[in-house]
Amino acid sequence: MKARIHVTLKDGVLDPQGRAIHHALEGLGFGGVEDVRAGRLIELTLADGTNDEDIDAMCRKLLANMVIENYRVEKVA
Amino acid sequence: MKSAVITFPGSNCDRDLAVAIERVTGHAPIRLWHGEQSLPEGLDLIGVPGGFSYGDYLRSGAMAARSPVIGAVVEAAERGVAVLGICNGFQILTEAGLLPGALMRNAGIRFVCRTVGLKVENASSRFTSLYEAGETIRIPVAHHDGNYFADDATLDRIEGEGQVAFRYAEPVNGSARDIAGVLNAKGNVLGMMPHPERVVESQHGHTDGARMFEGLARSVLERA
Repeated sequence: MKARIHVTLKDGVLDPQGRAIHHALEGLGFGGVEDVRAGRLIELTLADGTNDEDIDAMCRKLLANMVIENYRVEKVA
Repeated sequence: MKSAVITFPGSNCDRDLAVAIERVTGHAPIRLWHGEQSLPEGLDLIGVPGGFSYGDYLRSGAMAARSPVIGAVVEAAERGVAVLGICNGFQILTEAGLLPGALMRNAGIRFVCRTVGLKVENASSRFTSLYEAGETIRIPVAHHDGNYFADDATLDRIEGEGQVAFRYAEPVNGSARDIAGVLNAKGNVLGMMPHPERVVESQHGHTDGARMFEGLARSVLERA
């Protein structure tokens, strides 16, 4: 079983990297980009039967910093 | 003063910190590897140095904050032992939950490496007692992830409790309310992005960092 953990900055947290990417896109001539937020994707390969509580605990204890980030777990067959 | 300086894989200011503590206080720190499960008895100060522990993988300080020795550091901090985290050490202490907030990528994206002015906000902690409140000192910074963030409620709380130890006197990295150094609620844990260990001898060009280590040594004598 695989789980993809999407880690994103919380709303309201300044994202200098997203802003630099946004600026670079504009520099390449892409108009119409209103905002860019950069995040992180972590793919876990898990033993079958790994429970949701454990995955949540992994996210809260290490994969995301709950002061600045949110996470979303996407299970992949 | 009995102190220890921890080395993580990728620390690069551990020796500087140990030398500064020894030169200023006359007592050489014990050097500890991050894999230690326990700390020597009777420590007065634990130094968590700057560098790029674990190559800044995942987030700056995130991996080091989960290393074996940090469990012992958290216990020691709860007992009241002084813990000083500098630069990457500050990032490690926030990741370990010993200090509020988080250190994010500098607002200007670039690595900042220069000497900056710091305003002393709290001159009553055991780290800062030899500074004057409101005084501006000069200490070098060298970091990519020094942009201090905490939500407004947390910022209001730490400001109200006197937990802001230092504030930048000039724009440096986009930190919330220009915060450069933060104390825990009890005042025995300090994290700061600037490097006091780099300015302790006249040959360094400034000696503004020396008073931090002198103050720590004096606080140990006063509490004995």
